[in-house]
Amino acid sequence: TTSNINGTTNLVIRGTMLFSVGVFLALVLNLLQVQRNVTLFPPDVISSIFSSAWWVPPCCGTASAMIGLLYPCIDSRLGEPHKFKREWSSVMRCVAVFVGINHASAKVDFANNVQLSLTLAALSIGLWWTFDRSRSGFGLGIGIALLATLATQLLVYNGVFQYTSPDFLYIRSWLPCIFFAGVITMGNIGRQLALYEYKVVQEKTHQD
Amino acid sequence: MTLRERLREKISAAFYHHGLLCASYPVPIILFTSASILTCCYPLLRLPLPGTGPVEFTTGVRDYTVPSHEPQGDLGERPDWYRGPPVAYIQQVLVKAAVSPWDSSLVPVDVFRSPLGRVFSLLEEIRNHVHSDSTGVRSLEALCLQVTDLLPGLRRMQSVLPEHGCLLVSPGNYWQNQRELFDSDPDPLKTIQKHEPKGLHTSATLRDLLFGVPGKHTGVSHYNRKRVVTYTITVVLVSYDTRFLGSLRSRLKQLHPSANCSLRDDHMVHVHFKEEIGIAELIPLVTTYIILFAYIYFSTRKIDMVKSKWGLALAAVVTVLSSLLMSVGLCTLFGLTPTLNGGEIFPYLVVVIGLENVLVLTKSVVSTPVDLEVKLRIAQGLSNESWSIMKNMATELCIILIGYFTLVPAIQEFCLFAVVGLVSDFFLQMFFFTTVLSIDIRRMELADLNRRLPAEAGLPPPKPGPLRPREAPPPPRPSPHTITLQTPAFRNLRLPKRLRVVYFLARTRLAQRIIMVGTVIWIGILVYTDPAGLRTYLAAQVSEQSPLGDSGGGGLPPHLGVAPVFHAGDPTSTLSVLPAPEPTPLPENQSQGHHGSAGAGPRPQVPPAVPQITWGAEDEEGWRRLSFRHWPSLFSYYNITLAKRYISILPVIPVTLHLSPQEAIETRHPQDTRHPPPPIPKVSADLQTDLTLYKVAALGLAAGVLLVLLLFCLYRVLCPRNYGQNGVAHGRRRRGDLPCDDYGYSPPVSEISPLLLRGHSMDIECLASDGMLLASCCLAGQIRVWDAQTGDCLTVIPNHGLRRSSSSGCWEQRDGWDSVGGATEPECLGSDYLLRRRSVPARPTLFTDQPDLTPLIDTNFTCQPPSHLATPPRGGFDFGGLVERAYLEHESPSLGDAPTLPAQDRASTAGTQATADWDSSVWAMELRGNLIAAGRSSGKLELWDAVEGSLRCSNEDGVSGITALAFLNNRIVAARLNGSLDFFTVEINKPLGLLQYRGAPGRGSMPPSPCYSSEDVISCQLTRSVQCAHQKPITVLRAAAGRVVTGSQDHTVRVYRLEDSCCLFTLQGHSGGITAIYIDQTMVLASGGQDGAICLWDVLTGSRVSHVYGHRGDVTSLVCTTSCVISSGLDDLICIWDRSTGIKLYSIQQEVGCGASLGVISESLLVTGGQGCVSFWDLNFGDLLQTVYLGQSSDGQGVRQLLVLDNAAIVCDFGSELSLVYVPSVLEKLD
Repeated sequence: TTSNINGTTNLVIRGTMLFSVGVFLALVLNLLQVQRNVTLFPPDVISSIFSSAWWVPPCCGTASAMIGLLYPCIDSRLGEPHKFKREWSSVMRCVAVFVGINHASAKVDFANNVQLSLTLAALSIGLWWTFDRSRSGFGLGIGIALLATLATQLLVYNGVFQYTSPDFLYIRSWLPCIFFAGVITMGNIGRQLALYEYKVVQEKTHQD
Repeated sequence: MTLRERLREKISAAFYHHGLLCASYPVPIILFTSASILTCCYPLLRLPLPGTGPVEFTTGVRDYTVPSHEPQGDLGERPDWYRGPPVAYIQQVLVKAAVSPWDSSLVPVDVFRSPLGRVFSLLEEIRNHVHSDSTGVRSLEALCLQVTDLLPGLRRMQSVLPEHGCLLVSPGNYWQNQRELFDSDPDPLKTIQKHEPKGLHTSATLRDLLFGVPGKHTGVSHYNRKRVVTYTITVVLVSYDTRFLGSLRSRLKQLHPSANCSLRDDHMVHVHFKEEIGIAELIPLVTTYIILFAYIYFSTRKIDMVKSKWGLALAAVVTVLSSLLMSVGLCTLFGLTPTLNGGEIFPYLVVVIGLENVLVLTKSVVSTPVDLEVKLRIAQGLSNESWSIMKNMATELCIILIGYFTLVPAIQEFCLFAVVGLVSDFFLQMFFFTTVLSIDIRRMELADLNRRLPAEAGLPPPKPGPLRPREAPPPPRPSPHTITLQTPAFRNLRLPKRLRVVYFLARTRLAQRIIMVGTVIWIGILVYTDPAGLRTYLAAQVSEQSPLGDSGGGGLPPHLGVAPVFHAGDPTSTLSVLPAPEPTPLPENQSQGHHGSAGAGPRPQVPPAVPQITWGAEDEEGWRRLSFRHWPSLFSYYNITLAKRYISILPVIPVTLHLSPQEAIETRHPQDTRHPPPPIPKVSADLQTDLTLYKVAALGLAAGVLLVLLLFCLYRVLCPRNYGQNGVAHGRRRRGDLPCDDYGYSPPVSEISPLLLRGHSMDIECLASDGMLLASCCLAGQIRVWDAQTGDCLTVIPNHGLRRSSSSGCWEQRDGWDSVGGATEPECLGSDYLLRRRSVPARPTLFTDQPDLTPLIDTNFTCQPPSHLATPPRGGFDFGGLVERAYLEHESPSLGDAPTLPAQDRASTAGTQATADWDSSVWAMELRGNLIAAGRSSGKLELWDAVEGSLRCSNEDGVSGITALAFLNNRIVAARLNGSLDFFTVEINKPLGLLQYRGAPGRGSMPPSPCYSSEDVISCQLTRSVQCAHQKPITVLRAAAGRVVTGSQDHTVRVYRLEDSCCLFTLQGHSGGITAIYIDQTMVLASGGQDGAICLWDVLTGSRVSHVYGHRGDVTSLVCTTSCVISSGLDDLICIWDRSTGIKLYSIQQEVGCGASLGVISESLLVTGGQGCVSFWDLNFGDLLQTVYLGQSSDGQGVRQLLVLDNAAIVCDFGSELSLVYVPSVLEKLD
């Protein structure tokens, strides 16, 4: 039972870390996206950014926690432990590229939405190829990206959520790619964190 | 394919030559590289420094035309941003209004109420002004900047700022430009104050925006002594129409003439704004930089096995950064002006270029053989990685090329930078980093030489150094010799280089000083180059002092952008760098008096009876006194950015309003008179400024403290503990200073307490165990047999004579084993050994008071899966992981520990042991069943009964000393000093015709060993002697899986078949004597040599699986688990390698001189011996789990030998004592 409790605490710790990373990234990336429409912030706008749609960052955090826990779980289920580039430096590189993709989608002016979509898709696939290369990762990424896009669309249709940009197609063209890249990134972090769980369990058994 | 091979060869050769070049001429190459970096970065000097304010450019109004987009040739001092139309033209109407003459019947509110009231009529006038001439009719509506919505977040400003119309701001906006609202407002000041932000504000406030002059200069307050109200009406125009503006100017001047106004109206100022970085832009930026630093940190942490880790990490970072700078510099040189925000894309560029190549290069170079020359090592390392480097580079270039064809300008520019950056990074890697690496390696070798030299200097050449005990097995020397060891304390004082650097930095506060100097220089440059800064001030000074200088107003060339406060004509302002600006230039004495009141405290002052409106030079460009964020923030409310764009500010239109007291009284609001008289006119604006300053300072301090705390937390989060990379913390750990885990939980000390087995009078030399019994032999030649479970001494075999002193309890215990052996008998039936229930010895009932240990042992046996017991002794098929592991745990430390005897120990005590018979000293010992095989220095092989302590047989066929023994099944292999290898067969002639077979103890995965009863007649026959197994003395002997493996000083490893003593393979690959060998049931063989190399071999085919250089100096010990190989070396490093790929996973730096004993308890638990302690490590992460101190004295002897027993106990020697350490948790887990 002790190992059970340990496992649970561990899961909670990992989940919390992933959650906070997700919330943080959501806030930062939201800020990036808002910058696309607001080139320069008067001091009063910032507070309104953080207050509007308060539930978006927690949602992102929850989603990232789930994804980050799901990836190592699926790896162990499939029995193929992910061995590709298991280093923190690689994970950091992955996060940086993810932020970069967001940055590009927010700051770069594309000629049309097709171009934007294609570029982002190529970048996302490149991210997967560079840092993941696992079939499970790819499948999960695609699946979650589609689901999340669908959910966002539903929310928008029901009027719960509104895009800030009047250009509706613009958002729809980058959303799936960003979701995919995000899933890959969070999965990468989750896998790296999962390496530590093993260690903690080991330690506990030694102390018992 | 052939082409590819040829290409590969060519590249490799080229890299090899390049490496030779770099390592041969390091200084010229570094100089050349620095010169080229500086050359390429030179164009960067033209780029502006970050942090400077907006830039101005002044042109005349008369001949003004909108500048064209194309850069024109020789336009003199025209800046390059002055192209195309501005974002907007700003026309300010500066209104100065006063009630005059002032009489005592007026209340303070009258000072500003009626002057403010006049703004509405002025607004009307401006709005309705129409200029019509031959070209048509123009009105303000057509010319002004039409704005749409305010930003969504600015709802509360909606009532104040104009929307959907002309951008025209004035104080009238507070009352929606409606006179009625103003008139009915009981307290205009309160209305104005209502819109001010509550907290601290540094940028432009709404009041500044609407009034167009700084707050304290408006005169709208109850304490206005001068009773002049100043405000502006700001009109933002989108196009410039000379005629309309001229007619507006003349109309306003005509309506409200300014008598003594001499403002010049022939210059317009273009203000160019820099990149704006607000806090919202800063957050993503900071995030990317944090990620970048984390990336750099985690990358450079992997640099290993070099002299100066920090130095190389710095070189790596310098390589990447300067390659980026070179890239930007080159692009600027070839006319590509960066349009992207450099600071924003910089982290991404670093990530794209990456530090990987540098790390790969380092790793490749350090894994070349250490005995090569530095030059050759560099060249070889380079050429080894040349193909992969070129391949990576080609791939990256391809990816970037693809990016270039997205045809998105921003991405194209990014790709261009990345390409140039990649190429220059490659250049720098090849020239700069390689050279730095060669210097580092050279330094490391020098340091190694120095480290070994003192120890070896005082010794005759043939004697091995203290740190190299196994260079040669000691020849039998009749004379005792002594070797002086460095005291451990002295060795401990040798701090690691890293630590010394850190101490040096801390001692000299170098980092702080550098940062301080850097900051001072930066501030200095900023102050000097700022438009309102020192340079202008100096220029003003110079122009004033020179007799030729024009001392009149506007004497300076306007494009220098002289701030009005530094006007050459104002004698007060030239005295100080930043004098408080004056609202209006009153007569000289009064202006100075005003200054004095601010500085010297309260002073009665007579208000002027008649407020006089004067116009001075500083009114000419009144906007200069506003915050430089004034215009950007005004435009940002409408989502218009001024970053990297410019606006043109037209000369102000002065308007003077004189109002009669009558008018002032008429416009009064009924409540105005009820206001209390001004309470304390002492609360001056200056004091408020001071308060603001204090507030800013306090906030800054708080922010600093917060930042430090945040960084501290970040540090704790990022490196909660050392990942086995830095041995400093481990090395300096003191007794009782146990490691804490992530949750601050420190394992209790009492949980693992060593059991000391005392009895030997001298240092323990040989240690052997078969899991249940433990045999040890000390320098005095005494052999003691212990119970591995309880630690009881069972038998003592003295050096001389065959006297048996059997302290008992063992018999009863034997019974326990035997019954268990009987219970497991059915599983063993399949084997080809005869089994016999051992008859109870003759002395069974002597010691009935001994504890009954049967249940304990029983548990151990019955829980075993039967398959383990049925394990055949040898086989070519793959055994399960558990089998292998258990086998390894049991086998590796116990086998052949004898040759690992440090020579100096044997020698140092030899003198004291003068009486002891040298010939009979035991050099090697093995224990199987209850037989102890002891190899003596005289070449005699003896077989002792471990229980009874009787000599069962001896063999004196050989004369050369036995350096190593292996005892497997019924065969004994002895390696002798002369390089020969003898195979013995133990034959048991059983009186009853039956050989009792003891069930495998513990986890029972070892091949079952026969148990010999005391009745048996045992003989030991030399079956085969390989005379010249090796040219040089055999250093290591290991046996497993039916193979005997020997390693020798002659650099080769030989594999023999145990059955027929046939030599199967001679494995060559080391460039030094073999010092460590590991072999297990899966036929994986690992060998380590004096060259620091570790080779993995396949015993079935004799092929080399992998070959890595892991240590500087000898590999002292090797152990494998199913997934990794663990090696320890003379460099006090423990390296963990991936077994299948040969890639180093990580390394653990240990204390200096900590001994080299290793043992693996389970798949993930490693145990190492240290100075008077054993340490447990988690193999998965390289974390120190616990250190168990063996004795009271911390400076005790190091643990040289370490055995892992089946019951998860470990045995190690500790001077003259043996230490039995139980690791209970492992046992539980396995059960």
